[in-house]
Amino acid sequence: MSRLEAALQDLRTLDTLATRDNALTRRDARAQLLVTLGFLVTVVSFDRYRVAALLPLVLFPAVLAAWGEVPGRTLWRALALAAPLALMVGLFNPLLDRTPMLGLGALQISGGWVSFSSIVLRVALTVSAAVILVAGCGMPGLCAAMVRLGVPSVFTVQLLFLHRYLFVLSGEALRLGSAYRLRAGARRLDLALYASLTGQLLLRALARAQRVHQAMLARGFDGELRTLDGLRWQPADTLFVTGWLAFFVLVRSVDLPLALGRLVTGVLVGLLAGLGT
Amino acid sequence: MTTPAVELQALAHAYADGTPALRGIDLCIAAGEAVALVGANGAGKSTLLMHLNGLLLPGGGSVHIEGVAVTRATLAAVRRRVGYVFQDADDQLFMPTVQDDVAFGPLNLGLPAAQVQARVRAALAAVGAAHLAARAPYRLSGGEKRAVAIAGVLAMDPAILVLDEPTSGLDPAGRRRLIDLLRSLTPTRVVATHDLDLVLELCPRVVVLHEGRVQADGSPQALFADHELLRRCHLEPPLGGS
Repeated sequence: MSRLEAALQDLRTLDTLATRDNALTRRDARAQLLVTLGFLVTVVSFDRYRVAALLPLVLFPAVLAAWGEVPGRTLWRALALAAPLALMVGLFNPLLDRTPMLGLGALQISGGWVSFSSIVLRVALTVSAAVILVAGCGMPGLCAAMVRLGVPSVFTVQLLFLHRYLFVLSGEALRLGSAYRLRAGARRLDLALYASLTGQLLLRALARAQRVHQAMLARGFDGELRTLDGLRWQPADTLFVTGWLAFFVLVRSVDLPLALGRLVTGVLVGLLAGLGT
Repeated sequence: MTTPAVELQALAHAYADGTPALRGIDLCIAAGEAVALVGANGAGKSTLLMHLNGLLLPGGGSVHIEGVAVTRATLAAVRRRVGYVFQDADDQLFMPTVQDDVAFGPLNLGLPAAQVQARVRAALAAVGAAHLAARAPYRLSGGEKRAVAIAGVLAMDPAILVLDEPTSGLDPAGRRRLIDLLRSLTPTRVVATHDLDLVLELCPRVVVLHEGRVQADGSPQALFADHELLRRCHLEPPLGGS
């Protein structure tokens, strides 16, 4: 299976997950979108040298993935796709920032390595949350939620069409690629051929866009995309949103790992003191 | 005298590069008729169909739908009357789910949500696709896509149904289901096709197009027996015919 086919298969998997009936998909798409936005804001609001304080936020994707029955493999594959970006962004930190920040015995850890870890963790958290959001409400639900929350429909329409025709155009790209390989023999895909194939794909995409527009006009399209979104807000959605937002506020305002460490240390010191007397 | 469902008078059209596609077509189709347009590639079938709901406007002559002239000013009214099923269902199924796609037309008609939902259910049931409502179009088979594309048009309750190559790309079972479905429908049907066996089963009237002109107009039995006409228009008699 080519990388393109594998990526498409992952997208199909997410669509399938969104059609299941479980604790996550029963939540209104707006509720899922709001808590995910709250999560993203919380994650990016932390200082770049704070890693431990981010750890409690792992609870959010972990719980939602369990509720939404999102397979670990799906999450790992998405993280693997995003990993090069994270590495590229954070790679220079250990080289440029060598200020010692942590000492583990004789081992000194520089600020660059800490901020690098922070970047990798943040990318993992945000990518997981985005994948779980699509798996929870599907692209149509997500776009419907965006429209109801005031996002301009010109943006959501583009997103919906991108999602719909990604499969059609990628199918055409795969067929073009197969046709090339069948007659290419030992010839490698050089820049000229690549440009030609890409140009063909672009022309096909333009022709397709024209036919789709005609099909829309034929059924009365007048520039406004009207849909039956089927969104229904329930009391459980209010609980879902307030519960998670409260958790994010708690994580942001209290360093839970530090507090937990102090608590455990205090208990241990108390126990040791008790044993000593 | 009753108003014809479709009336073309000296209809002419040329492509952007000046190549003539239609050269003075005169055609009258009565309400409730099932008419096949047959002809070789480039004969002008699809171009003619696109004039029936204003996707193309006449370069010369006129098109009337139930007495209404097709012009820019009447496009909305014409498109309420004429439902167009495209050759490639992927062009027509652009919404994220089957249900959304079938609802697209009725919503554009300004119908209330409850009525739209009722129409969606009825149209999907009519084409035997009620179980596909929540599916994404890209996950459907060719036959299912075609059925849903027809449902999307039926949900608008058109008086005239226009179909461009409806059996292309279908397997025998899908083709059979489609023919049975088209036979069960009551609107006026205009079908452009190369599938002459479909014509024999569905259409009591055939219009043969060749190089943008009407070459013959009559019953399929009479026209398909005229081997000279078929040869001249680059057609072959159907396997189930003579």
